[in-house]
Amino acid sequence: MIKADTAPKPRRNVELALLVLALAVGIGASAMVDLNSETPFDSDFWFQSILLAVAAFAFHVVLRIRAKYADPVILPIVVALNGLGLALIHRMDGPGDDTGNNQLRWTLIAVAVAITAIWFLKDHRILRRFTFISLAASALLLVLPLVPGISAGEVLGASVWIRLGPMTFQPGEIAKITLAIFFAGYLSSNRDLILLAGRKIGPLQFPRFKDMGPMITAWLVSIGVLVFQRDLGSSVLFFGLFIVMIYVATSRISWVVIGLALILGGGFVASRIFSHVGFRLDSWWNAFTPEVYDRFPGGSRQIVQGLFGMADGGLVGTGLGQGRPDLVPFANSDMIIALIGEELGLIGLFAVVLLYLLLFTRGFRAALGTRDAFGKLLACGLSFAIALQCFVVIGGVTRLIPLTGLTTPFLAAGGSSLLANWIIVGLLLMISHTARSPIDTTPMTDASSEAVKQP
Amino acid sequence: MNQSIRSAWLAAVAMFALIFGAISYVQVVGADELNDNPWNQRAVLADYCKDRGAIIVAGKPIAESVAGDETCSFQRKYTQPELYAGITGYFSRTYGASGLEQELRDELAGSSDQLFLDRISQVFLGRQAKGASVELTLDPAIQKLAYDLIPDGQRGSIVVTNPKTGAIIAMASKPSYDPNLIATHDVAKEQSSFEELNKVRGINLNQSVSGPTGALLAPGSVFKLIDTAAALNSGKYNKDSDLPNPASMPLPGSSASLPNYAGGNCYTRTTADFAFALEQSCNTPFASIALDLGQQAIADQARKFGFGQDFGDQLKLQSAVSVFPDDLDDASLAQSAVGQRDVKATPLQIAMMTAAIANGGVQMKPNLIKTVRAPDLRVISEPEPEVLRNSTSAAISRQITEWMTGVVSEGIGRGAAIPGVQVAGKTGTAQLGDSGLNNSWFTGFAPANDPQVAVTIVIEGVDVTTGAQLTSPNAKKIFEAVLNK
Repeated sequence: MIKADTAPKPRRNVELALLVLALAVGIGASAMVDLNSETPFDSDFWFQSILLAVAAFAFHVVLRIRAKYADPVILPIVVALNGLGLALIHRMDGPGDDTGNNQLRWTLIAVAVAITAIWFLKDHRILRRFTFISLAASALLLVLPLVPGISAGEVLGASVWIRLGPMTFQPGEIAKITLAIFFAGYLSSNRDLILLAGRKIGPLQFPRFKDMGPMITAWLVSIGVLVFQRDLGSSVLFFGLFIVMIYVATSRISWVVIGLALILGGGFVASRIFSHVGFRLDSWWNAFTPEVYDRFPGGSRQIVQGLFGMADGGLVGTGLGQGRPDLVPFANSDMIIALIGEELGLIGLFAVVLLYLLLFTRGFRAALGTRDAFGKLLACGLSFAIALQCFVVIGGVTRLIPLTGLTTPFLAAGGSSLLANWIIVGLLLMISHTARSPIDTTPMTDASSEAVKQP
Repeated sequence: MNQSIRSAWLAAVAMFALIFGAISYVQVVGADELNDNPWNQRAVLADYCKDRGAIIVAGKPIAESVAGDETCSFQRKYTQPELYAGITGYFSRTYGASGLEQELRDELAGSSDQLFLDRISQVFLGRQAKGASVELTLDPAIQKLAYDLIPDGQRGSIVVTNPKTGAIIAMASKPSYDPNLIATHDVAKEQSSFEELNKVRGINLNQSVSGPTGALLAPGSVFKLIDTAAALNSGKYNKDSDLPNPASMPLPGSSASLPNYAGGNCYTRTTADFAFALEQSCNTPFASIALDLGQQAIADQARKFGFGQDFGDQLKLQSAVSVFPDDLDDASLAQSAVGQRDVKATPLQIAMMTAAIANGGVQMKPNLIKTVRAPDLRVISEPEPEVLRNSTSAAISRQITEWMTGVVSEGIGRGAAIPGVQVAGKTGTAQLGDSGLNNSWFTGFAPANDPQVAVTIVIEGVDVTTGAQLTSPNAKKIFEAVLNK
């Protein structure tokens, strides 16, 4: 597979250079925000900048030791996004608000968890053994917010939070990963079965009904999330994740057709039965109708105000700290894209979207490069999940599609999302390491038997 | 499997292509429409935190932008809030602006066309844009005097102008309020204050419905000056005409009748000349003039004095249009001719009427603005006195002035008399239904032979005695204050 003239290179120095650039973006943004504050360059600024740099370089060092062939572009992209997010959240903090520092704490925790995963796991293929444990874990994570005692109750119409001591956490974010592991494990084991059997109707080959088990499971999980947690965004994300993975596993477009039919059917029924889904659609289609605009809860004020902000930003933006994102509800989380559009303009927002494009493209590249079906499916699923999540969020904010409550990866305020996405990055880096490393000839058992010894 | 991975990647890229399209639409193609949306507060708020120009009276700012808090770099501050509230208006995040803050928004915010070059240079110098400052024609001492002459708890307005130039020397009204309460950056406080103030009857929050420019009031006997001008203008009457002066006249087509003013000396004569009828403010002579000339003649004369018209382009305040209806039956015409029933005038309208008589029949545009200056103090506009309209002839105005002098020297306006100065005036007492309460008016000017100042006072909803005390004697104080300067 390896071309003669391109012996694999670790490219860690490229990563280091890009990392410096990425930190310059994040810390530079922080500095601009700080210049506009009352106490420019106070201890908070230095604290935040130094800790972000330490976390980034620590990650880099761990990659040098444990995964030196990992893709050199992924980590700098994520550090740039995370750093920009910290600056923007800090920018929205009023006096006494602690969201910025909280986001910094979660960044450090998330990086630590991702580093630990890479350090001890070494090889993503070990995860395949946990296929069904992942399924059980997913189920558990998704049920947790509904369990009395640890449930944080209904927050803004959705029950997706749990309370752990002083902290709140969104277990559904982690479920995204465990579900991807389950789908990857299950499909890589059973794809031959699913592929061979089936009936041909016209140009499409449809699967046997009994092979549709996982599809039905995924659909039920999505519907369950929608009905019980009232979380349309996650529901779409989980189902989209599954459709892509089964499509990649089987190369059958029929799965996509069935999946889209199920999602449209389910969505239509849900919009008729559940007011929160109906409101979402109404706020999207009739956003500029006065009754819809003023309706509370479930009105279109948030999205319309976000659009006003972006329109005001125009091509070049108002400049960091110069806009009025305080007029937009949740400007530091759900609507952080509108904040970027307002203050950094079309140019700044395009740059951010391009970073995401580059990020998921590197993920797909790792999927192409790695040799095991499990790794391919996992990398592909996780990369597509990032892309789909961005599409759902940014499409919602720009009124391309109905707005749902998903977080913008690495940017939006929220610890659970940060943790989950850094773990995804860890996994993608590990997969890219196996994809790019020259150890074709080394027996694969070595890596796994070593890992088993680890506690 | 790699082929389908590529397809999945293409699907993801396709989603991102849609995102790029959507962002371009919102931020570029559809941006103008979104920016113009009435729900979009950003345009108002863009000015809200700017360093707006000051509104200045005699060199001292009465409204200025001072350093704000972290949410807003500038805060609008009113230094003598109640005294000038009816003129400055307010500048609010939630309720927008009123008064000069609203009408001069482009100048004060620095976005008027004359300031275009200043904006450009500010961009290159990296300075915060700054608005133009506006100096007013008001005299702070007279403004303060006028304001204090209206007792707290009364509703009333005082307008002091220079009849020769139209410049407004003082324009005060009560009840007033503190615009700082509504200009605060504390949104909750701003809203509760506004709701509270809005409940106060007659408060001058909105210049087009209350205060000197907006309150539409029955003018009572001061309207007789218009009847007199119409009569002389018709050619049917002259200065020596004998007018019928019955104690009471039946209203045509109605069982009611119109009596003469009970307080004066009208009852002493059954016929009267203009001098006596005006001095004693008898009703029946003017009602009979109106019935004789017909409503068109009275309405035309009222129009020439400004009824049904605006105040011209120099006032820079919102205002209400005074009304003399054109569909009156004879009974209504007789009553309207003495300033009751359907005729309604703003205090400023009455002031302008008097100013026209004082200025030889020529009504000047009322003007509040002395100079508008760019941030570098360069004068960018300095309104010159301009004629608004010709209200009556010089001869007729001279004649009316003579009779008005009699009102103060011999008649019921004696309270306004100043030793050694000829004062021309006319009082009015407009009854408010059967309540026993009246709108009490004085309007006049001095010196009669070379008018320097015209004063109009109205106190709403008072009994006759209180009204008499609060109008003519107070006018005297203002005349003296202006003339002794």
